Amino acid sequence: MGKRSLRLLNREYAAKILFIISASAAIIAVGLICVFLFLQGLPAMWDMGIIRFLTGTDWRPTWDPPRFGILPMIVGSLYVTAGAILFGVPIGIFAAVFMAKFCPRPIYVILKPAINLLAGIPSVVYGYFGMVVLVPFVRENFGGNGNSIFTASILLGMMILPTIITISENAIRAIPPEIYEGAIALGASHERATFKVVLPAAKSGVMASVILGIGRAVGETMAVRMVAGNQAILRMPHEFLSGARTLTANVVIELGYAYGEHRAALIATGVVLFVFVMIINALFSILKKKESA
Amino acid sequence: MDKLKRKKPVDLILFLLTWLGIIITVSVLIFVVGYVVINGLPFIRPSLFAREFTTENQSLFPALVGTLMIVGLSLILAVPLGVFSAIYLVEYAKRGSRFVKIVRLTTETLAGIPSIVYGLFGFIFFGVFLGWGLSLMSGAFTTSIMILPLIMRTTEESLKSVPDTYREGSFGLGAGRLRTVARIVLPAATPGILAGVILAIGRIVGETAAIIFTLGNVARMPNNLFDTGRTLSAHMYALANEGTHPGEAHATAAVLLIVVLLINALSSWIARSITKDRG
Amino acid sequence: MEITNKFLINDVNLWYSDFQALNNINMDIPEHMITAFIGPSGCGKSTLIKSLNRMNDLVEGCKITGSILLDGENIYGDIDVNALRKRVGMVFQKPNPFPMSIYDNIAYGPRTHGIKSKFVLNEIVEKSLQDAAIWDETKDRLKKSALSLSGGQQQRLCIARALSVQPDVLLMDEPTSALDPISTGKIEELVLQLKKDYTIVIVTHNMQQATRISDNTGFFLLGELIEYGETQQIFSIPQDKRCEDYITGRFG
Repeated sequence: MGKRSLRLLNREYAAKILFIISASAAIIAVGLICVFLFLQGLPAMWDMGIIRFLTGTDWRPTWDPPRFGILPMIVGSLYVTAGAILFGVPIGIFAAVFMAKFCPRPIYVILKPAINLLAGIPSVVYGYFGMVVLVPFVRENFGGNGNSIFTASILLGMMILPTIITISENAIRAIPPEIYEGAIALGASHERATFKVVLPAAKSGVMASVILGIGRAVGETMAVRMVAGNQAILRMPHEFLSGARTLTANVVIELGYAYGEHRAALIATGVVLFVFVMIINALFSILKKKESA
Repeated sequence: MDKLKRKKPVDLILFLLTWLGIIITVSVLIFVVGYVVINGLPFIRPSLFAREFTTENQSLFPALVGTLMIVGLSLILAVPLGVFSAIYLVEYAKRGSRFVKIVRLTTETLAGIPSIVYGLFGFIFFGVFLGWGLSLMSGAFTTSIMILPLIMRTTEESLKSVPDTYREGSFGLGAGRLRTVARIVLPAATPGILAGVILAIGRIVGETAAIIFTLGNVARMPNNLFDTGRTLSAHMYALANEGTHPGEAHATAAVLLIVVLLINALSSWIARSITKDRG
Repeated sequence: MEITNKFLINDVNLWYSDFQALNNINMDIPEHMITAFIGPSGCGKSTLIKSLNRMNDLVEGCKITGSILLDGENIYGDIDVNALRKRVGMVFQKPNPFPMSIYDNIAYGPRTHGIKSKFVLNEIVEKSLQDAAIWDETKDRLKKSALSLSGGQQQRLCIARALSVQPDVLLMDEPTSALDPISTGKIEELVLQLKKDYTIVIVTHNMQQATRISDNTGFFLLGELIEYGETQQIFSIPQDKRCEDYITGRFG
């Protein structure tokens, strides 16, 4: 082997090593995130008592001794997410069916980029829109001061629309045309074939879109924090016009000035949020695998 | 119209519901974008772009510069890492190897982590543990991890869309793998990678929660890598929360929205022009 | 003239994972001649031609036993694969010019092997394009994208690109299957001219093509070499019934 080819081989080898190291970056990042969040969050949770932390209804960081119970925030996240699903999912699925099965081509080429644009609007802009438009609207038409679970639900419902539409549309399009044609050949109308045959066939993909939407809603921070009122009080479902605080809002509101035990409690809040979101994402990938199988 | 009349009642309702769904969706877009832009434009004044931020002018200029710095630094970190790892996954790794599976799993995990968790992690790791405090470095490192999965995925897709015949042609001439990748595959995949990078820029510009605890939210330009500052989104958040300058807040929201939408539109325009070329 | 053999293929078996694609192949490929591989789809002819410059290495799960000697050296021994592929050039089924200028397409090979001088590169580009009989059509547009050429021109460009690294052998894997009859004719003419300088192995689906241009023909079926000999002989008095059936169009 000549000198030149040896040198080239070395270069090949060096490049391959560089690429492998780069590919490890994602692993290292996830490792660091887990280690640092759990290492700082779990011991704090342990000291406070995991059960007391998760089921405590008082969040009083300034009391002596302070109390750190995040049940109001867990429930708050639950409410706004459920609300977002209530608003976003039916609209999103119907819109997805429209895009996949009812949309005339000339309209489609306009709508598709429009939905992508919707996905691109920054959450702080959504939050700002919520503050100046939705909050007064809810205050005047439904009562309360407008900063509420209800308002946050509407806003989140809007924000998860592009996720639901895009993924559901893809799932519906992935259903082989023979299935639709089979139904049509039996005399079913276009609507009946679409809703009774194609949509059920796309069930797992549509479910995946809903789950990803839930993940987005649970993890959304800025927009929720700007319209939800943020009181760390355990709310009952009928109090949907009152304010509530989510797990995300809890971190974003207090992290800036928290020290010691208080900061640890916020990191622990982050850990709970992280675990929730990971469970949701795991469900999503299971459903996606099921869809492709 | 005849067609509508001939539909059975159930079918008609379903048909109208799909229209309703899309009409609500489009209305949301038009309403949000229209409201923010129309209310913001009248307040866009030269003073909004003054070099220094003061209580009177509420200038977004320092935030704009801060945004550019964060974007630049973050790309310097994330683009090589993302592109190299995609190259490894597509061009080098054996399909279905254990390592590849772990990389994919962790990449998906990264893509699913909410931005506030990134903010929290950046704060405790880069800010506190490494002692970088609220700084450009903390902010850029945090956002670079956030956009890594996006860059990896778009690069992987672009590399996969390069026809294998190009690779065969190059190998057939006695070129090694590195030369084939660097000279033939990568240039052919560049537009797709670019579209992904631009999308990542949009993501960073629109990001708030991960920024305010890593870069901070101080209305001035960072002087060095370890200095604090703010981005346009963080600036917007501060303005909205203070509520003392509604006009400037309107204007800033409009500027932010327009910038992000233009970036996203540019990205999808590039992505579309590729599919047309390959047509 | 004495016939020397370029390739000696001994007991070659090849698997793609569990599937055996080549079964105990033995054949000699003579220098400065055109050897054609024929047979129905999936018979192993493409697989065999790709083992001659180790392009099969790129296929995951590909395993090969036996030996293939090129000028007496086993190409599956401890050799530099890139140097092998420089010596054994390849033209593919579908024209695959790189998405760059005509000039850069041809210069890519020599540059790969370390030639940097602009002057030398210019000469190589001109000579390669001339040898591939496409110089007249391209000399005024060397900076234009190679993708702007017609299919037939693209394939001749790919032949020129293969010639640019001065190989001994040219492997052609159904080089005209994607082309119209006129372009096919031009390529065949070109292949006959190249014969005096190169050893050529060609895989073809087209019986007439094999008779028109090749000196020797091997007939493959299900991964086995069924019959191998002078083209005249094979096509006029095939020894094997299956070979006869195939060349008379009864299957395939």
